[in-house]
Amino acid sequence: MVAMDLSEMEVVYQHPHALVDMYTHFCPGCTHGVAHRLVAEVLDEMALSERTIGVASVGCSVFSYNYLNIDFVQAPHGRAPAMATGVKRVLPDHIVMTYQGDGDMISIGAGEIVAAAGRGENITVIFINNANYGMTGGQMAPTTLPGMKTSSSPNGRDVEQAGYPILACELLSTQQGASYIARRSLHDPKNIRMAKKAIRLAFETQVRGLGFSMVELLSTCPTNWHMTPVKAVKWLEEKMIPYYPLGDYKVHPTISELKV
Amino acid sequence: MARELWKGNEAFAEAAVRAGLQAYFGYPITPQTEALEYLSARMPELGRAFLQAESELGAINMVYGAACTGARVMTSTSSPGTSLMMEGLSYIAATEVPMVLVDVVRGGPGLGTIQPSQGDYNQIVHGGGHGDYHCIVLAPSTVQEAVDQVYEIFDLAEKYRSIGVILLDGTIGQMIEPAEMPPMREIRKEIPEWAVRGGTGSNKRVLTSVHLVPEDMEVLDLRLIKKWQEVEKNEVRFTEYYMDDAKIAVVGFGTAGRIALSAVRTARALGIPVGLIRPISLSPFPYQAIKEAAAQVDHILVVEMNSGMMLEDVMKVVKDSTNVEFYGRMGGIMPFPDEILSEIQRIASGTTPSDIHPRDRWLKRMESVVDF
Ligand SMILES: Cc1ncc(C[n+]2csc(CCOP(=O)(O)OP(=O)(O)O)c2C)c(N)n1
Repeated sequence: MVAMDLSEMEVVYQHPHALVDMYTHFCPGCTHGVAHRLVAEVLDEMALSERTIGVASVGCSVFSYNYLNIDFVQAPHGRAPAMATGVKRVLPDHIVMTYQGDGDMISIGAGEIVAAAGRGENITVIFINNANYGMTGGQMAPTTLPGMKTSSSPNGRDVEQAGYPILACELLSTQQGASYIARRSLHDPKNIRMAKKAIRLAFETQVRGLGFSMVELLSTCPTNWHMTPVKAVKWLEEKMIPYYPLGDYKVHPTISELKV
Repeated sequence: MARELWKGNEAFAEAAVRAGLQAYFGYPITPQTEALEYLSARMPELGRAFLQAESELGAINMVYGAACTGARVMTSTSSPGTSLMMEGLSYIAATEVPMVLVDVVRGGPGLGTIQPSQGDYNQIVHGGGHGDYHCIVLAPSTVQEAVDQVYEIFDLAEKYRSIGVILLDGTIGQMIEPAEMPPMREIRKEIPEWAVRGGTGSNKRVLTSVHLVPEDMEVLDLRLIKKWQEVEKNEVRFTEYYMDDAKIAVVGFGTAGRIALSAVRTARALGIPVGLIRPISLSPFPYQAIKEAAAQVDHILVVEMNSGMMLEDVMKVVKDSTNVEFYGRMGGIMPFPDEILSEIQRIASGTTPSDIHPRDRWLKRMESVVDF
């Protein structure tokens, strides 16, 4: 065998600096890890790590502060947008990001997120929609699909009794203070690349001081969905996307002209 | 600086500005709102952060975020708003970031009344949020004291990386009286070592209240209590009046203490050997002062604008040999000096010691005053 000189070779793919090289506590097939990586890649590309402060939420992503290599604070359940507001108002030149699950953001924290969007708070929200409360063991979330079985809707979500899912992008894009609102999915490589671009545009929105930005990422939860990882991505594609259409819900003109 | 007429709520707001307040987040609620209104003009004028939050939940978590950056930060509210802030206060206590809350107390429970009360004593002094934590709590009895205490409590909060609370009876917030403002302090330039500011690798900082491993959680719990012992050792505050030869001691804080002083003065003029102890730090509580007074006097009369919340703390250290009495007005009603004077006179004319709890005896007496 001929020894190869690695230093001569061009690096085409590597671990992002903004992602700590360690095992995560996420279940096999969960897309939280993919979302973390995309955020880290964008922080690297935009060279933002040294001036970004993350706000972790309550849910499976509570330990995002261990995995992302940036300063972090950790908020009470649902309150991340308020905490992010406090950070941003005293450090307006810094980049402030929240990373929240669906129960966190649009159930217990619905008040805080709508208020932050309405104010045009210049923060970026990464919103993980996995259609259930992952961390507490798969209960019904505001995002649980009609008819979907969870541990607290054992016969399937009955909309007569439990009402309808809350559509976060549709809701937040009606706010004048929101400048970038997009929904993407993490179920295959093509969509993951598109998700990354959306995350990039969300941070570009904040860097330019244009106001509130949020990217919703449709995500899998194989453990609580009681599916294999492969079946989970298929289920996401077939069941979630029709209910939660992918796309740009609001894009500030400056951002729509941007090439990244 | 000369003495000027100040409304309590505006006075403590200006005092906070002069203490170097960098950010304020609040929500309107009577009888506190003038502080929010005052700062909505004053803070932007100085290029400092002000935001009216969407709720007290929002406000306390904005405070939490700002506190994590090491900024001097304050919120103010009144009782129902304080209840909403309890979640945030517990998280802030666990994260050990300093902040200041001014609670302008009104009568409750429920939406209650907008008139003054001391009904937040328990939720502020004995927790209210979940878990084991303590706040440093000071209680002023005049607008001047409100100014001085707000000015000082930022230093205390920062010294102990703790929550500083001013428990301000609605009375003091709404009252206009002369006060002298302290000098304007420079905004602090240096960032505390623990504060987040943006950093990676070995410079990365995380401020969290999550400790899933019980052994880690217990270490934090024990450390918080140990820190609190330091506060108890160093920061107890109270004042005494006419206590040298007193045989009866009245104990009251804030407005109740101030009204009691009028009653004590009148009683002294009538030849009754009565004095007053006014706790200023409700937490840490002046247990030692109460203990020493109890050894000297025959009777202790606790006066509050609640049903005897501080009474329980007084009784913790008073032995059976000292008779304890209680007098309270509730629901936004303040006691008149005459009411307290009659209590002092009743005690001075000889009460028979009783095994019945002082609150129960008071409630019985109240039946002849109020129909309930
Ligand atoms: C005030 C409060 N209520 C409830 C909980 C319990 N709890 C922890 S995580 C969680 C659900 C989080 O679900 P989601 O936001 O959808 O995120 P996921 O775990 O699915 O990523 C709940 C209800 C809590 N920690 N605090």
